[in-house]
Amino acid sequence: MFRRLLLAAVASIAATGFAHAAEIAISCGAVGTELELCKSGAEAWAKKTGNTVKVVSTPNETNERLALYQQLLSAGASDIDVFQIDVIWPGILGSHFIDLAPYSKGAEKDHFPAIVANNTVDGKLVAMPWFTDAGVLYYRKDLLEKYGAQPPTTWQELTDTAAKIQEGERKAGNDKFWGFVFQGKAYEGLTCDALEWIDSFGGGTIIDEKGAITVNNPKAAAALTLAASWIGKIVPDGVLNYGEEEARGVFQSGNAAFMRNWPYAWALGNGADSPIKGKIGVAALPKGATDGKNTGTLGGWQLAVSKYSKSPEIAADLVMYLASLDVQKSRAIKGSFEPTIVALYQDKEVLTDVPFFGSLQSTFLNAVARPSKITGANYNKVSNAFWNAVHNVLSGKAKAEDSLAQLESELKRIKRSHW
Amino acid sequence: MVSFAAALSPIFWGDQMVHQSELTRARLRSAWIFLAPMLIVLALVAAWPLLRTIYLGFTDANLSDPSKAQFIGFDNFLAKYEGEWSGLLVDPQWWNAVWNTVWFTVRSVTIETVLGTIVALVLNANFPGRSIVRAAVLVPWAIPTIVSAKMWGWMLHDQFGVLNTILQNLHIISAPVAWTANADTAMWAVVIVDVWKTTPFMALLILAALQMLPSDCYEAAKVDGINPIKVFFKVTLPLIRPALLVAVIFRALDSLRIFDLIYVLTSNSRDTISMSGYARQQLVDFQEVGIGSAAATLLFIVIAIITVLALTVGKVRLAEDTAR
Amino acid sequence: MNPLKLLKAIGFWLLVVVIVVYAVFPFYYAILSSMRSGSALFQVVLLPEHFDFSNYIAVFAEQPFARNILNSVIVAVSVVAVSLFLGVTAAYALGRVSFRGRGALLLMILAVSMFPQVAVLSGMFELIRRLGLYNSLPGLILANLILTLPFTVWVLTTFMRELPKELEEAAFVDGASPWIVVRRVFLPLMWPALVTTGLLAFIAAWNEFLFALTFTLSNEQRTVPVAIALITGASQHELPWGNIMAASVIVTLPLVVLVLIFQRKIVAGLTAGAVKG
Repeated sequence: MFRRLLLAAVASIAATGFAHAAEIAISCGAVGTELELCKSGAEAWAKKTGNTVKVVSTPNETNERLALYQQLLSAGASDIDVFQIDVIWPGILGSHFIDLAPYSKGAEKDHFPAIVANNTVDGKLVAMPWFTDAGVLYYRKDLLEKYGAQPPTTWQELTDTAAKIQEGERKAGNDKFWGFVFQGKAYEGLTCDALEWIDSFGGGTIIDEKGAITVNNPKAAAALTLAASWIGKIVPDGVLNYGEEEARGVFQSGNAAFMRNWPYAWALGNGADSPIKGKIGVAALPKGATDGKNTGTLGGWQLAVSKYSKSPEIAADLVMYLASLDVQKSRAIKGSFEPTIVALYQDKEVLTDVPFFGSLQSTFLNAVARPSKITGANYNKVSNAFWNAVHNVLSGKAKAEDSLAQLESELKRIKRSHW
Repeated sequence: MVSFAAALSPIFWGDQMVHQSELTRARLRSAWIFLAPMLIVLALVAAWPLLRTIYLGFTDANLSDPSKAQFIGFDNFLAKYEGEWSGLLVDPQWWNAVWNTVWFTVRSVTIETVLGTIVALVLNANFPGRSIVRAAVLVPWAIPTIVSAKMWGWMLHDQFGVLNTILQNLHIISAPVAWTANADTAMWAVVIVDVWKTTPFMALLILAALQMLPSDCYEAAKVDGINPIKVFFKVTLPLIRPALLVAVIFRALDSLRIFDLIYVLTSNSRDTISMSGYARQQLVDFQEVGIGSAAATLLFIVIAIITVLALTVGKVRLAEDTAR
Repeated sequence: MNPLKLLKAIGFWLLVVVIVVYAVFPFYYAILSSMRSGSALFQVVLLPEHFDFSNYIAVFAEQPFARNILNSVIVAVSVVAVSLFLGVTAAYALGRVSFRGRGALLLMILAVSMFPQVAVLSGMFELIRRLGLYNSLPGLILANLILTLPFTVWVLTTFMRELPKELEEAAFVDGASPWIVVRRVFLPLMWPALVTTGLLAFIAAWNEFLFALTFTLSNEQRTVPVAIALITGASQHELPWGNIMAASVIVTLPLVVLVLIFQRKIVAGLTAGAVKG
């Protein structure tokens, strides 16, 4: 700990020694806790190093944020020095960022290796992990107890339990009750959800690490066929246009037994005004079969330094500071931002404030990454083709096998000779 | 754009009309002076962005390194790669987007025109509280699109949406409808929201036209005791037709370029993606500046063709120069 | 009142009610939502059960929202002023003076409105940066003109053309200059059209999002739609619905007021005071 602090101090002195005090612009969330924590973190650094920081707020909508970044970066604008980027963007935006390895002095080794690997493009560490996210399963503790069920370990079990609870609750008079909700809209969220189904069945990650297209396999088809069988039975038809908040709306109003969502829903579902306060359980997402595995799609945000920055060394120093253990710890405690540093999941102070971090550590550690690194700038095309194929299966327009075969040829067209 | 320039050249430098009085010549001179500021400003803001888009459509520009763009001719539109045709013109997704957009435009603009006319006629009548009603009618147009789209998304939600609740309470539907999730209803949901949002635009323009009508025709009709519906079709409609057509044209141009409403309501689902959505997907999501610009150019051409057709069919007097 | 007349009156008022409900209900629902927060947002209600303005306070406390409104007002007013001035002068030339190429010119102006905004974005971005107007309100005003000018010119030209010919001829015989004719003869007659196009241009500029987001960087330069898009919850996926609705209600009110002020002008044109059918 002390050594790390010393290193950081030396690094910052070195950085400020070379250049004059500079103004660093960093992009963050716009209001609320996210902005507050970003601001206080950056200002603490500014005070320590004698530089100044300017927080640039960017849209909440991920796609709008990406569009704005692309506009600025492709024009080579130096207006923003430090970019907060999504876990799938290193491949897309990587060419505009500097290699952080010379500044990190090995600090990335303390972070989740999967995220660090994700952030390393062509041997360059283009971004430092800042906070993470992974898909988890929410369930109603009270209802499982009422119907004498256990948190499901396989998707089939979830299907059966959900059907049982739904039937019982509807008989009891709640005709709006559903077994399960997830994100089924034709957007990136569906890619996350469907990747979890397929990966938990052992059906791979659409495209493997070497770049081979693997998605057209029987296990993937089995996963999608099961998912399609839910629609209209234990899952409302409307799920085909649900994002995170629409799903949370149904679950948090007490109208669903299970929900796939990100950890953010925990604090809101346990809010003072929530009808299901204290009745929520969180578990890892089910396995495909007993021999399958638990998985959750990796999400989260990273910090990167623009290569068009006027003072990249100083900006890199800010990034290292924000990604450091101390700052991540205070963000975990104050804002429930999931840290990317492994050690923090054993930290007593963190666990007292956010108890489920401990039980979910393995979920975060084993989270499956979307194939954004290998597909690089083509990732969005791959994801778009994938979610459309899945959406077609869910809406009953195509059979899983046919849709996956078609997806395979579409991905081949996108790939041509290489990604 | 080339054709426009060609069409203009004889006009700008060709033979001037011979028998011009001093007054006409003075008016012509002043006409150009009057036009100049608008043309200069429009050229300043529009020329570079538009020409650049058209040019980029013929390159393989990519966002990750825009400086490496190379001229590739018509490859973005149509090219042969390993014996297979590729390019926008053979991309089923593009034609799907074209179809979606045209489907949407025809339906929404038709409904908006009819509704807009009715609203305008009501607002044109004299009744107590008219000013409040006028302001109320304009509210939908005044709410930023991104907000109203999200708002409607919330209201159309199958489980906690207010629309399903109301319709169920009125016993119009028996079970909640998943408006935006179902491929059959998703496009209609978009039309409903668009009609709600843009009918005020139509109504206001038509109202302005009604307000500028000379009142003597009406009085004559009133004295003759002609049925008001007949008066509308025989007298009013022909008189407001030019303004109505302009309103329709601009509404159609807007809905042919629709993007944000569809995007917020139903994301980039293939059931509802529009031409602009397709272009944006290529430009922003896929980083293919070349293909995206080509799609934008193609979109421009599609709209231009539709507009010229509409102008011809609608017999809009663009250049009745000879008449005056 | 005879029964037929009564029936007519009832029908008319029914129509008015339907129109108003259709137009205003979503806005009413937005007001309802803006007074609720947390889990309550997921429940359907049709009547307000309590008045809670904490979302409104939060909107102003968490960001320079008043400044954003001011920015939007400045941008929209300037865009309207410039568009109307350029529009009226151009409309006179295009609508009242016959010269060859008018049709082609009108089509060319229309062609500007045929490109999707997202395709124009990059070029506009370069233009704005080269002019040194990045992250400034003049930059936004300039960019917005591409959206409002074609429309303004076309509508005003159409209306200008419909006015009777004798009007200006008399003035010209008296030796008035074209500028005087436009100001003294046409402008007073054009009020309904001017107010209408001005209002529509104002709203277009007021609601514009893509340019405003891309061409500004600091919260102090941003306009209202961008500010609303920037309202984020405590965590990444949370949508702070109550706050967004409160902000939307706030930004819609000035427009309603604007309409109430100007709607008199809409009817103050040619037929003012005349009996209408």
